[in-house]
Amino acid sequence: MASTNEPAESASAKTMDLLRFATAGSVDDGKSTLIGRLLFDSKSIFEDQLESVEKTSVDRGEEYTNLALLTDGLRAEREQGITIDVAYRYFATPRRKFIIADTPGHIQYTRNMVTGASTADLAIILVDARKGILEQSRRHAFLTTLLQVPHLVVAINKMDLVDYDQGVYERIVDEFTAFASKLEVTDLTFIPISALHGDNVVERSVNMPWYDGSSLLHHLEHVHIASDRNLIDVRFPVQYVIRPHASTDPELHDYRGYAGQVAGGVLKPGDEVVHLPSGLTTTITGIDGPNGPVEEAYSPMSVTLRLADDIDISRGDMIARPNNRPEAAQDLDAMVCWMTPDRVLTPRTKLVIKHTTRTAKALVKDLHYRLDVNTLHRDDQAEGLGLNEIGRISLRVTQPLFVDDYNRNRLTGGFILIDEATNNTVGAGMITGAR
Amino acid sequence: MQRCDYQLSQLDVLEAESIHIFREVAAEFERPVLLFSGGKDSLVMLRLAQKAFWPAPIPFPVMHVDTGHNFPEVMEFRDRRVAELGIRLVVASVQDAIDSGRVTEQKGRRASRNRLQITPLLDAIEEHQFDAAFGGARRDEEKARAKERVVSFRDEFGQWDPKNQRPELWNLFNTRITQGEHVRVFPLSNWTELDIWDYVRREELELPSIYFAHTRRVFERDGLLLDAETGYANRGDDEPEFDASVRYRTVGDASCTGAVKSNATSLEEVIAEIAATRITERGQTRADDRTSEAAMEDRKKEGYF
Repeated sequence: MASTNEPAESASAKTMDLLRFATAGSVDDGKSTLIGRLLFDSKSIFEDQLESVEKTSVDRGEEYTNLALLTDGLRAEREQGITIDVAYRYFATPRRKFIIADTPGHIQYTRNMVTGASTADLAIILVDARKGILEQSRRHAFLTTLLQVPHLVVAINKMDLVDYDQGVYERIVDEFTAFASKLEVTDLTFIPISALHGDNVVERSVNMPWYDGSSLLHHLEHVHIASDRNLIDVRFPVQYVIRPHASTDPELHDYRGYAGQVAGGVLKPGDEVVHLPSGLTTTITGIDGPNGPVEEAYSPMSVTLRLADDIDISRGDMIARPNNRPEAAQDLDAMVCWMTPDRVLTPRTKLVIKHTTRTAKALVKDLHYRLDVNTLHRDDQAEGLGLNEIGRISLRVTQPLFVDDYNRNRLTGGFILIDEATNNTVGAGMITGAR
Repeated sequence: MQRCDYQLSQLDVLEAESIHIFREVAAEFERPVLLFSGGKDSLVMLRLAQKAFWPAPIPFPVMHVDTGHNFPEVMEFRDRRVAELGIRLVVASVQDAIDSGRVTEQKGRRASRNRLQITPLLDAIEEHQFDAAFGGARRDEEKARAKERVVSFRDEFGQWDPKNQRPELWNLFNTRITQGEHVRVFPLSNWTELDIWDYVRREELELPSIYFAHTRRVFERDGLLLDAETGYANRGDDEPEFDASVRYRTVGDASCTGAVKSNATSLEEVIAEIAATRITERGQTRADDRTSEAAMEDRKKEGYF
């Protein structure tokens, strides 16, 4: 039923795509103001939410409505006026739906930023135009590239407080560009903004005619993310075997499907594939998607593969192409972010590793260095990694994992480490090499 | 729908993510259960679970925590849907918990059985040895829920510790627990209210009739329109009842779930109203969240949904 006054969100639901982005920074950088403005201008803040925040701000004697209260949802956060955890916020424009992973910027919350960045298509780093590039801006940029977030936006905020001066903006751009050349940044965009006044947030600013780029929202709506996923290396971690054996339907009596979420490449019926660890090859006879058979499957689709041959396949196995296989490795090199205050990661630490759908035991063989996330200095004398510290380690795993380098594929290159005693997630790893 | 440039629509991405969560939990836990109220979110969950395991049946039962203060239309719908799917329904009854003295009914006009659901829920999880319970909560609903993990750990007392949550990276979920502990799993974490409605439309999901405009005897309390037909909301003599054309935006306990004035009788009309509304779902319809700023967080810590 066509209707001209149908709301944009639902009218375009069939074609609207999804962008996940992470924001890093502290209240001082104007991060909450920026998020508040994006939510306001896309009509994603509701009246009762705003009233509640206004009331709390007044109760606490604050001069302005504190938009941080919108995202700081836990009692402890509100009482202490700090953001402890990743908060997820949602808004949509007619073109895209956005999921914001709003992460605290301070160094003691590095693990939260790593978590938020792990699924982000894009990261926004806020820089105060008056202060320029600070230690924390460098840290945020480094973590963004460590987690291989494909697009980085440096939003140079509070331009109103430097009289919208092009020189200030350009000095910051130059300084950041010089620093970023040491990192693997694939797509770097600078936008001068004033979150408070709205300059270049939704609309192009009239105060900065010298800036000829997009507004932030326009950039978020149009940045091309389709090619960020790996569409080359076929990787299908088997998650669950579907066998409706009790079925009375004779058609389904012999049905055996291998369910999972595509981690890389494009799979099609008729393709020859290899099963790992067996190394046996077979052919895809059909792919069932959520709405019936599909002609191709790619990340992040959740599908079920039907295969021509009866191979013993179970959870934790991998389907790939015969001439393009992941490394079957028991020795891994990885960058690791340590996430627990309860113990220190040292050589000889025993842990559980979860990688794709496979879980195994792992032993830390070596700690090569601890990285200072502010200066990128490598301390090869370090004896352990504490909470929020990042370093390069070697792991020995009890059974082969089917891995790619993290910079080739985030889903087959990332893993988590679990403490067997507490069952807590204590580390996140990005594979840099495998044997 | 699938597009030629290997780009999925956002609803397809959300659907794929939810299916991944269902399969991961079914693979890694012994005894999952799906919490099913008959409301729109749990109906979307059921549809996603169907898709996740098709052509096999859903490999776990559903559980309804029954306050005894239900809308009859929703109960009728619950039973019909369960029968159609041929799945097992476990009922955890608040009335039984009251009768056996495990919980005490609140007193006074604003008495609600909402909080009383915690005890029968946790008792049923223990009795049936469920180790994972799927819930339909969404992060956009409420600020404490915005901080919750997809796979959210509960200790042996069923408690949630918001300051000590397991980090969740990529599409990897830590599913390890020890005997007596369990997890709550939220496959709809990243869905918004509008996504739910768009999905209901796309999948042509049938909903209980009270989601659409109908004439009902109601009365007003604290700015909410409460039901006067079932008698559960303890209407006082100073709270006059009247007829109004209303629909429900959420479906919960009839004693504390408010209706909204509406003439929207079709799905398209309801979606148009939801998209244009300036008030949140819970703010508009739930008396239970109005008791304090951290009402939901406090209930959740004790084991609430």
